[in-house]
Amino acid sequence: MYRIRFHGRGGQGIKTAGRILGTAFFLEGYEVQDAPRYGAERRGAPIFSYVRASRGAIRERGIIAKPDLIVVADETLLQIPAAGVLAGAGEKAVMILCTSEGVEVWKERLRFNGPLLALPAPSEGEDPLKFRYISAACVGAAARVVGVISRDSLLEAISSEVSEFGASAVEMNRQVALEHYEAAAAHEGLVTEAENVPPGAAEKPHWIDLPFEDARTSAPVIHGSTTSALVKTGLWRTFRPVIDPSHCKGCWWVCSTFCPEGAITVSEDGHPVVDYDHCKGCMICVTQCTSHAIRAVPEHEDAQAANEGGVS
Amino acid sequence: MKRALLTGNGSAAWGARLAQIDYLPAFPITPQTEIIETLGKWIDTGEMNCRMVTLESEHSMLTAAGTAAATGVRVFAATSSQGFLYAMEMLYTVAGWRVPFVLVNVSRGLSAPITLEPDHNDILAARDSGFLQIHCSTCQEVLDSVLMAYRLAEHANVRLPVIVNLDGFYLSFTREPVEIPHAGLAKEFVGPYAPQGMTFRAGSPVSQAVAVLGGSPYSYFRYETHLAAQNGVSAFSEIALEFEQAFGRRQDAVEAYCMEDAELAFVMIGSFATKAKDAVDRLRKAGWAIGLLRPRLLRPFPMELIRKALAGKLGVAVVDQNLSVGKGGVLFTELASALYGMEGAPLLLSFIGGLGGRDISPEEFFEMAAVTRKAVEEGKAPPPRLLYTEEELREVRKLQAIAHVERRELEAGR
Repeated sequence: MYRIRFHGRGGQGIKTAGRILGTAFFLEGYEVQDAPRYGAERRGAPIFSYVRASRGAIRERGIIAKPDLIVVADETLLQIPAAGVLAGAGEKAVMILCTSEGVEVWKERLRFNGPLLALPAPSEGEDPLKFRYISAACVGAAARVVGVISRDSLLEAISSEVSEFGASAVEMNRQVALEHYEAAAAHEGLVTEAENVPPGAAEKPHWIDLPFEDARTSAPVIHGSTTSALVKTGLWRTFRPVIDPSHCKGCWWVCSTFCPEGAITVSEDGHPVVDYDHCKGCMICVTQCTSHAIRAVPEHEDAQAANEGGVS
Repeated sequence: MKRALLTGNGSAAWGARLAQIDYLPAFPITPQTEIIETLGKWIDTGEMNCRMVTLESEHSMLTAAGTAAATGVRVFAATSSQGFLYAMEMLYTVAGWRVPFVLVNVSRGLSAPITLEPDHNDILAARDSGFLQIHCSTCQEVLDSVLMAYRLAEHANVRLPVIVNLDGFYLSFTREPVEIPHAGLAKEFVGPYAPQGMTFRAGSPVSQAVAVLGGSPYSYFRYETHLAAQNGVSAFSEIALEFEQAFGRRQDAVEAYCMEDAELAFVMIGSFATKAKDAVDRLRKAGWAIGLLRPRLLRPFPMELIRKALAGKLGVAVVDQNLSVGKGGVLFTELASALYGMEGAPLLLSFIGGLGGRDISPEEFFEMAAVTRKAVEEGKAPPPRLLYTEEELREVRKLQAIAHVERRELEAGR
């Protein structure tokens, strides 16, 4: 069985990468299991997906503990222990890493003994938008390194998994994936399917008896102070509400009451003020304002306006 | 028939689509939402002819489901975890109404502390509600079970609502190859909805309510519900046979894997049971006589089938992905009561694992088998065992150390 893990950040297309590779295996006649693993509010947070592919039925489930191939779309994840990028990587594991540094640097830094392939990634100051199809690059390289996926299956898998985003997205993803599929030709078939350890040779789990601990220790209660103020949720916004003071009637309560984040306060003279550090851009205030004095402005336009000395 | 990669949620949606549901009351909750999104999309594109209504809570959603079913239409709903519990009052109520419909629950551990990942305490909270329960271990089973669930719910000897349960993440978001039955064949299998006298016309409204005082009528109605539920075992077997004839897949009330010559067995429900199957395969290769017994139907409890399958076995490891606080594993308790007093009953061992989505590794299955074999040799079962390792406790200690610093900071007013 092939066991493959994709690591990246929410928004990079890691779930889709897993699905494309899963579908490609399926088209090649393999039994497949693929899944993403995420929690709530994942944009920009570490996320991973995994793919199992086998000629026989797959009965394993859940997170892949011992991967044959690890694909990393964002090198900064390697500094985050909780992202678990290297977890369970054995001697034969292969890694594909998107990095602006050299392979040798990473081999040394990670003490990673297996084969490590580098894909280009944005370096500091470089426009990250140039790398917006990074998950397609990862899938293209992964498909070739696995060695049992044909060009046709890869391209068909991309069509079927990306089609909901439109024809141009399919085309761009196919182009980037194919480019990296070709570039990885020298490493075709590098990934090997790890053998299962027989029961007699398996390491015993180190089970323990949980001790009783009183509720002051064992109740799931943490009283943090002002953590919600410290997290700048305003960074999540794609639209911002902008209040036009000439239309605002100063009713003082509608927008501030409906704001689910408590991000609108009312000044002493009765006018609402948006806390853009914490406004998530849900636009509920825009829909609730009875005098239609709040507009939805795309963040990028607003940034432009700010550069030109307009609204900030 | 088409074979495609589907998530457990996608499979549930396909089941509802092929069952040609009429009414879909909805309220979102992770990890179930994709089911309703998928159905909503098909309704939008005209691929399904169904009325979807969004409600303001799971309590209202289930009320709408029950009342719609009482008017004689085919109803489907889906929820999970906290939402399932929020609907609990109505779960008992609509089961008491004896209305047939299908509710999918995507299992997720209960708060507090809050989590998104699965265990079975949510679904087991409805164990005594009157809803029948089918527990799935693969995405294929999810689709198949929804179709079978309509037959079971609408069976003349049953007429009760049915829950189809699938584990969050391990099935809900996991794609596997699934055979999607041909729509015509599925329609033929499920059949038209026979409302058995349940009708409603908006032009002549009626009210439905039964209040009883004095325990005698109450006992009558509740016990009749119980008898109907118990009829579910033989009804399920009939339906499973027909299902196999139509689609070539066998979905028995109790799945027995490598049980015939087994001396030892795992007993568990849900998606982690496929891990047990994998362990059985690997242990058998190493010479162990071991199998897996998996009740697919948990309510009604297929007691006779389980007794028959376990008679003469030496040791059984019951793996509970739930915890009845202050008692232990629910499945273990059910097994113990089913086997009590039976001649040749096996020694029962209790393992609690997989709470809040905590994985169970192959090595742990091997060790459970070893502990069970040792217990058989010694003729004595060890105390219940939580599957929890030194390494896990060490990680929790780190989190506690951080929490401790936070508390100190807070107490110091910083």
